Amino acid sequence: MKGNLNDLQKQAQEKWEELEESSFTIRIGTPTCGRAAGSLDTLQAFQERIKKEGVEAHIIEVGCMGLCFAEPLVIIHNPDSGLPPILYGFITHEKVLRLVEGFILGDDPCLELALGTVEFKEDGTPYIPEMPRFEIEERLVLRNCGYIDPLDIGQYLARGGYLTLQKALKMTPEGIIREVEQARLRGRGGAGFDTARKWKACYQMERGPKYLICNADEGDPGAFMDRVVLESDPHSVIEGMVIAAHALGASQGFIYTRAEYPLVIERLKIALSQAREIGVIGEDILGSGVNFDIELVEGAGAFACGEETAMIASIEGRRGMPRPRPPHPTEYGLNGEPTVVDNVKTFALVTRILQQGGEWFSQIGSPNSTGTAVFALAGRVEQIGLVEVPMGTTLKEVIFEVGGGITNGRTFKAVQIGGPAGGCLPESALDLPVDYDSLKEVGAIMGSGGMVVLDENNCMVETARFFVDFLARECCGKCTMGRLGVKQMLLILEDFVKGEGTEEDLDMLEGLAHDVREGCLCNLGGSAANPVLTTLRYFRDEYEAHVTGKRCPALVCKELITYYILPEKCEKGCDHCVLTCPTEAIATDEKTRKKKILQDKCVKCGTCIDVCPPEYDAVIKVSPPDRVKELEGEAGG
Amino acid sequence: MAEELQEVLAPYPVERRYLLRILQGVQQKMGYISEEALEGVASHLKISPAEVYGVATFYNQFRFIPYGKHHIVACLGTACHAMGGQLILDAFERELDIKAGGITPDHGWSLDRVGCIGCCTKAPVVVINDVIHAKMSPFKVEEVLAGLGLEMRKEKEEEEAGEGESQ
Ligand SMILES: Cc1cc2nc3c(=O)[nH]c(=O)nc-3n(C[C@H](O)[C@H](O)[C@H](O)COP(=O)(O)O)c2cc1C
Ligand code: FES
Repeated sequence: MKGNLNDLQKQAQEKWEELEESSFTIRIGTPTCGRAAGSLDTLQAFQERIKKEGVEAHIIEVGCMGLCFAEPLVIIHNPDSGLPPILYGFITHEKVLRLVEGFILGDDPCLELALGTVEFKEDGTPYIPEMPRFEIEERLVLRNCGYIDPLDIGQYLARGGYLTLQKALKMTPEGIIREVEQARLRGRGGAGFDTARKWKACYQMERGPKYLICNADEGDPGAFMDRVVLESDPHSVIEGMVIAAHALGASQGFIYTRAEYPLVIERLKIALSQAREIGVIGEDILGSGVNFDIELVEGAGAFACGEETAMIASIEGRRGMPRPRPPHPTEYGLNGEPTVVDNVKTFALVTRILQQGGEWFSQIGSPNSTGTAVFALAGRVEQIGLVEVPMGTTLKEVIFEVGGGITNGRTFKAVQIGGPAGGCLPESALDLPVDYDSLKEVGAIMGSGGMVVLDENNCMVETARFFVDFLARECCGKCTMGRLGVKQMLLILEDFVKGEGTEEDLDMLEGLAHDVREGCLCNLGGSAANPVLTTLRYFRDEYEAHVTGKRCPALVCKELITYYILPEKCEKGCDHCVLTCPTEAIATDEKTRKKKILQDKCVKCGTCIDVCPPEYDAVIKVSPPDRVKELEGEAGG
Repeated sequence: MAEELQEVLAPYPVERRYLLRILQGVQQKMGYISEEALEGVASHLKISPAEVYGVATFYNQFRFIPYGKHHIVACLGTACHAMGGQLILDAFERELDIKAGGITPDHGWSLDRVGCIGCCTKAPVVVINDVIHAKMSPFKVEEVLAGLGLEMRKEKEEEEAGEGESQ
C-alpha cells in the first residue's frame, strides 16, 4: 500500500464523498464513555435491525463528540430525505426501533429524539447550529472527533490528513520550528512551557539518537481529554509527532499511555499499524529520507509517571521517580540522549499550526496564551463532556454557557481546575479568563484541562482531604517534604472531617502547606499545597464550621452528620427505605406505619435518600449529629 | 507455573529496560505477581529480587494477590469522588466484607480502587469484570452484586446439572 500519498488521498476522498453524499450512514459513538452509557448495545441493535430489514446503510463507529451528557449519541444521514445529518442523543438500544422505523424505513426524522443537525464550517469542522455552545466553541483539536472512524486511516486522509506532514517534510527543521514559534504555542500538558523553545534546545544538541515522547499518561483524575482525542482521532496526534520528529531530528518516538485506558491502547495499536502501512511512519517516510517509528508503551498506574523525567525512568524500566532538573530531558533524556516530551494535544495542535500557519494560530485566544484550550467538564454540571474554547474565554462561559449550568437548579460552589495540583476557585473567580497566567494569579493552574464543578452538596474540607490523600498515595517518597509533609497535612485534614480538629491545627495546616510548596523536589509534592491553600483562602468558613462548630455545612462528612426521616413527609404505606436499607436500620412505627432511623444501626450509606420517592422526599441529613435529637424532640412533642 | 513464566520471559532479551513490560506480561498471564514469578524475573534479568520488588511495588497496576472470580474496581477520581464515589466503595466493602485491595476467603470477589478511568462523565463509576457500570448509587451496588450472585448460583446449578447429565 506504501507509495504515493496523493493517490491514496484521492481514493480516500472519492470514497468519502460517496459516503457523505449518496450513502445512508449511521454513526454511533463508541468511545469508553459511550460504552459506559450502553452504546455497544445501541450499535448491536442497529446492526440487527438493519440486517433484518435488508436496508443498505453504512454503520460507522465513531469516537466522542464531547457531548457525553447525551450518550449514546447517533448521527443519521438519510440522503433521500434532503435533510442534513441529524444528531440524536440518549439513544439507548430500546430507542433504536423507533429510529429505524421512523427515519430509516420511513421519512419521519424523529425530531423528538434529535439534538440538532450537523453542519460544517468552511474548514470542514462539524458543528450543531441548534446548540448555543457551538457559538463559543472553536474546535481545533476536536475537529474530527466523533465524526470520523478512528480505525479507518482513509477517513483521516479524506479530510486532509497527512497532507500537512507531506508539506512539513519539504520544510527545513528551522522552518518548522519558526512556524511553531510564530504560533506562540505553549505545551498543553499543564505547565504551558514554550514549545518552540523546548524544540530548539533539542534541535541544537549535536548528539544522537534523539527521542520524542508523547505524554498520554493523563494521570489527573477527573480529566479525559487525551483519552478522547486518542480514541477518536489518533492520527492527528501521530501526524504531529512525525512533524516534530523531523524538526528535532528524532529517530524514535514513544507514546506512553495509561494501563487504565484499554481502548486507547487497542485503537493506537491499529492506528500505528495503518500509519506504518501507508508509510507515514517507519523508514524513508513518504520518500523524504526521514526515518521515524513510534512504539507504544503502557504505563502501570503511577501518577508520578506523568512527569517527564519520571516517565523517562519508567520507559527505561525503572521506578517512575522524577529527578531534579537541569539537566533537562532535551539535553539528557531517555538513555541519556536528547529527548522531547510533549502532551497529546500539543502534537494535535502542531498538525493544525503547520497546516494553517503559525500566524493564523497566534490570532486565536489571548496574546500570551494563544490557540484553544480543551477542557473535560465533569461533576455537577448539566452538559458534562469535552469543551474546546479559545483561550481567554471566561470560566463562567465555559461552565454556564457551554456546560449549561449546574444540575437540578442547584447553586454553584466551586470549580476544581488543573487536577490535584490545581485549586478550587469560588464564584468570585468565574469572570476570570481561562489562560495560563490568569489562573496562576488566583492560585490555580491551567493544568491539562480537567474541570470538576462542585455545588452546595460538596464539602470543601473533604475535597481538600481527597486531593491530599491522592497525592500522598502517589508521592514517590524521594524527598522528605513530599513523604512526610504531605502525610502530615493529610492527618490534619482527616481530623477535620471527623470534627476532631482545633484552631491551632488550622494554622499549622496553612504553615505546612507553604513549607510543602517550597520544600518538595518535584511539582507533584509541591502542588499538594494548592488544593489546601485555595480552599483555605476561599472557603475558610467551611473549615471553621468543621473545627469550631463540629458541623459539615454541605452534609457530607460522615462523622458529622446523621440521617433523619421527616415524619410529616413520610408516606406511611411506602416501604422503600425499609426494604433497601442494608443494615435494617429503619423501623416502622406500629401505629402510624411511619419510619424512623435507628441511629446505632445506621451506617450512613445514603440508600434511603436514594430510594425515597421524590414526591415524598422525606429523608434528610442534619449536622451536627446531635441536631437529630432536637428534631425528634420536636416531632415526638 | 514455571512454564507459563518461561513463555512470558522468552521473547525478552536480558535487558533491564524490559522489566516493566515483563512484569506486565506476568500479571496479564497469571493475574498477579507471585513470589516465585518475582524471583524468576529477577534471575532472568540478572538483577536482585529486591530490585524487581521495588519496581513492582512502585506501580499501582501490580498485584501480589490473585484476582477473585469477580473483580471489582471502584473509581475514586475527582469526578467520581465529587459525585459520591466514597459511598459506593463503602457499600462494596460492607457487602463483600473486605477492604479495597482485598479478596474474599473463597476467592469469589476481589475489590480495588482506582484514581480515574477517564469515564468521568458517567461518575460515579465502577468496573466489574472489565465492564464499566455508570452512575452508580449505593442501592445499585446491591442490585449489581445480587445480579452477579444470582448468576453465580445459576452457573453452579448449571454446572451441577451438566455433571448430572454426563454421568
Ligand atoms: C506530577 C506531575 C504529573 C504530570 N502529569 C502529566 C500528564 O498526565 N500529562 C502531561 O501531558 N503532562 C504531565 N505533566 C507535565 C510533564 O512533566 C511535561 O511538562 C509535559 O508532558 C510537557 O509537555 P507539553 O510541553 O506539551 O505540555 C506532569 C507533571 C507533573 C509534575
Ligand atoms: S473520576 Fe472516576 S472516571 Fe474519572
